[in-house]
Amino acid sequence: MMATATLTTKPLTMADMKGKADPDWCPGCGDFGVLAALQKALVELQIPTHNIVTISGIGCSSNLPGYISTYGMHTLHGRALAVATGVKQANHELTVIVTGGDGDGFGIGGNHFVHTMRRNVDLLYIVMDNQIYGLTTGQTSPTSRLGMKTKSMPFGNIEAPVNPITMALAAGATFIARGFSGEQKHLTELIKHGIEHKGFSFIDVFSPCVTYNLDNTYQWFRPRVKKLEEDTTYDATDWTAAMGRSILWGEEIPIGKFFERTDVPALHAAEPVLNDGPLVYRDLRLPDEVTKGFIQELM
Amino acid sequence: MTQTFAIGIGGAAGQGVATPGDIFAKIFSRRGLHLNAYNAYQSIIRGGHTFLTIRTGPDKVTNMGDRIDLLIPLNQDTMDRHFGLLSAGAACIYNSDTIKPGSAADGVQLCPLPVSKLADISRNKVAQNTLAVGAGLNMMGIGFQALEAMLTEQFKKKGDAVVAENVAIARTGYDYASENFKPFDPPVPMTENRYAVLSGNMALAMGGVAAGVKFYCAYPMSPSTGVLHWMASHARKAGVMVRQVEDEIGVVNMAIGAAHAGARAMCATSGGGFALMSEGLGMSAMMETPVVVIDCQRAGPSTGVPTKTEQGDLWQMLGAAFGDYPRVIGAPLDIGDCFKIIPEIFNIADRFQCPGIVLCDLLLSEGRLSVDPRDLNFNPPIDRGELITNGNGANGSNGTNGNYQRYKITESGVSPRAIPGVPGHAHTAATDEHDEDGVLISDEFTNPIKRRAMMEKRMRKQTGIEAAVSPPHLIGPRDAEVTLIGWGSTYGVIGEAREMLNEQGITTNQLQIRWLVPLHGDAILDILKDAKHTIIVENNYSGQFARYLRSETSYVPDGHIRKYDGEPFMPHHIVESVKEQLAGKSKLSVPAHEIMV
Repeated sequence: MMATATLTTKPLTMADMKGKADPDWCPGCGDFGVLAALQKALVELQIPTHNIVTISGIGCSSNLPGYISTYGMHTLHGRALAVATGVKQANHELTVIVTGGDGDGFGIGGNHFVHTMRRNVDLLYIVMDNQIYGLTTGQTSPTSRLGMKTKSMPFGNIEAPVNPITMALAAGATFIARGFSGEQKHLTELIKHGIEHKGFSFIDVFSPCVTYNLDNTYQWFRPRVKKLEEDTTYDATDWTAAMGRSILWGEEIPIGKFFERTDVPALHAAEPVLNDGPLVYRDLRLPDEVTKGFIQELM
Repeated sequence: MTQTFAIGIGGAAGQGVATPGDIFAKIFSRRGLHLNAYNAYQSIIRGGHTFLTIRTGPDKVTNMGDRIDLLIPLNQDTMDRHFGLLSAGAACIYNSDTIKPGSAADGVQLCPLPVSKLADISRNKVAQNTLAVGAGLNMMGIGFQALEAMLTEQFKKKGDAVVAENVAIARTGYDYASENFKPFDPPVPMTENRYAVLSGNMALAMGGVAAGVKFYCAYPMSPSTGVLHWMASHARKAGVMVRQVEDEIGVVNMAIGAAHAGARAMCATSGGGFALMSEGLGMSAMMETPVVVIDCQRAGPSTGVPTKTEQGDLWQMLGAAFGDYPRVIGAPLDIGDCFKIIPEIFNIADRFQCPGIVLCDLLLSEGRLSVDPRDLNFNPPIDRGELITNGNGANGSNGTNGNYQRYKITESGVSPRAIPGVPGHAHTAATDEHDEDGVLISDEFTNPIKRRAMMEKRMRKQTGIEAAVSPPHLIGPRDAEVTLIGWGSTYGVIGEAREMLNEQGITTNQLQIRWLVPLHGDAILDILKDAKHTIIVENNYSGQFARYLRSETSYVPDGHIRKYDGEPFMPHHIVESVKEQLAGKSKLSVPAHEIMV
């Protein structure tokens, strides 16, 4: 049995959040801003680092768990959400954060993305969306714009991009937001909110790739992003309104919280088997009267 | 050889073959008889041809046998397919209103039931089945009370009137048989023993519960789906979180996630689903997270024959995921062993922090066997290995994580494993190659010295696994004329073939492999060095085990018996093949399956 540790510790600081390795991202990469915002959010929430698991797939942004001092898992390409679902169901007292990129989440991992949302697994999923494949040196991603020229589509992309916010709304995610790596404070607040939300939280973060995506740069995003929080008429509990805002793209691109609902139980809360506490603390042996019943059914 | 009695019931899917089958099985097991049931069917909900064989007797019945004593065809098609295969002493009960028999072999008793005269078939659609069950039990010398009790149990939810109607129909069949048909000689016996009857899939699921599985997930795939069904229907009583996942890739990754968090996690699939899982198996090995995956083999390749059996996935298991890594692969020998092997493989997977694979097949998964309830031990030894579940000795909870190294290089290759939530042990488990502390050595700075050290650390675990797994042993006299070598589910049928050969004056012994990895090649060679004539028996085309044995030991047997028509071996297939090979007629026998199912 595992004792729930109550250690007397000094408050967490940014220095405590540093992982064992330093990021190997290109100088200027948007992912630095996302990592910093995540660390800042965790410091502000003061969740003990040993009770957090940061889980990623494969890609530049998926190296993130190595750069933060929580428990981490650096899993297979596209599979982080499936792994994270298992972690959370086995021990629902853990805070689970999934980080990755657009190729990892919307390409190879697209199936798990949809199903983890409809299950309302209680975790925060941060996608560092740079609209390009960076680690494989610059190919088209599921969010690359039409016409974008890459090494894999040198004459321009002829396949329409997915809209992650619309997808999340359609699939039933219960917290949906968009951030921008260049808007640190705003992103930190979204992350805090996403962690505290009881259910699946999705934040699609514009995280520019300074090496391979010369279309969607900081300079391109800065004049375009408009915070939904600054629009006093916007109601983030209105799903239809959120759908309307999600399709805006061009001179004005909304960032901030698109949608939240709090009336859907998270997967672990909907499963009566977990009422008695996390599975990992359970006795492996079942009472004799239960197992005798199993045998009796066969007689 | 001990006396057995086999019933064959056949019809189209949807005609109600299962119900009489269940009634016979329950009545036999309550008479203290052993039984073995095998259902030959197709991937269809209505139609096709389903043929259930139930074989019973006072001693353990290890396979479906060669002979049908009582044939109950529910339609003309079944009569046409099976009647000609009956031999002296057998009987066939059939609805003479709708079914015409062919020409019977000498000594086969025809038992026509004028169903429309005996029951009101407009009221009761399954009257012919119930009449036949009643008639059959009378001929077997079994008292009517047993059937009355079964029908009462079965129909009590539908009310007393339905119970009375069905009991009356059964009684009519029972009495009609005593006036018109000759009873079987000897009658079906009775003992004081009591057995549990279960399928391999139920046994695998229950074995999981006995092992302490708390997380089970799956994607439906024949013939593994029964594991999911048992787990799902017993989840609340057993305290197991059961999830149906979007695909098998999600399945294995979810199970690994739950295992990483500290739960014992299991999943089951068939060959196609396992193919999707193979990258995940590599992750389990690289992260050193124990997970148990069951592969219920069906005839392949591709979607293959979903409802037919094969032992064709061995090389897929041996080669699952790229790169070298330690793993353990076990093949249960019978349905009882499906239960036993799960806690064993979990202990090995936990101790050596590696994937464990159970190589089952349709024959066991969907077959049914009587098992002594005392053999279903829900308190098996549990060894979770070097698992850190509390923070004792850790240096504080935040920021500094002490000196804990998740992948510490040790002599055994096993590094103590801390689960998330333990203070002072935070680390990143990575699928990329990593150093002892979990930091990647794959991207920024690769390092051939560290890579070699980590590779060797992981592979050293194989030595420990080999010591933890018992080597195979020879069954039967060492100086026998023929040594039959098999693996997994052929255990029972080879055993019966040996008895038949021994009775015919050909002495035999048997080497049945249960642990495929590690194989214990030296122990196998030590056994085989005295063998006079060795034959490998397996349910696949290319001799997958023969090729594996050769690759591990350089051993080449004298002959092979293979079958890849979707149906399991029957004892006479092996007997005749052995004789053919001893006579020097062939080194590779592929017996033909005589029954068209």
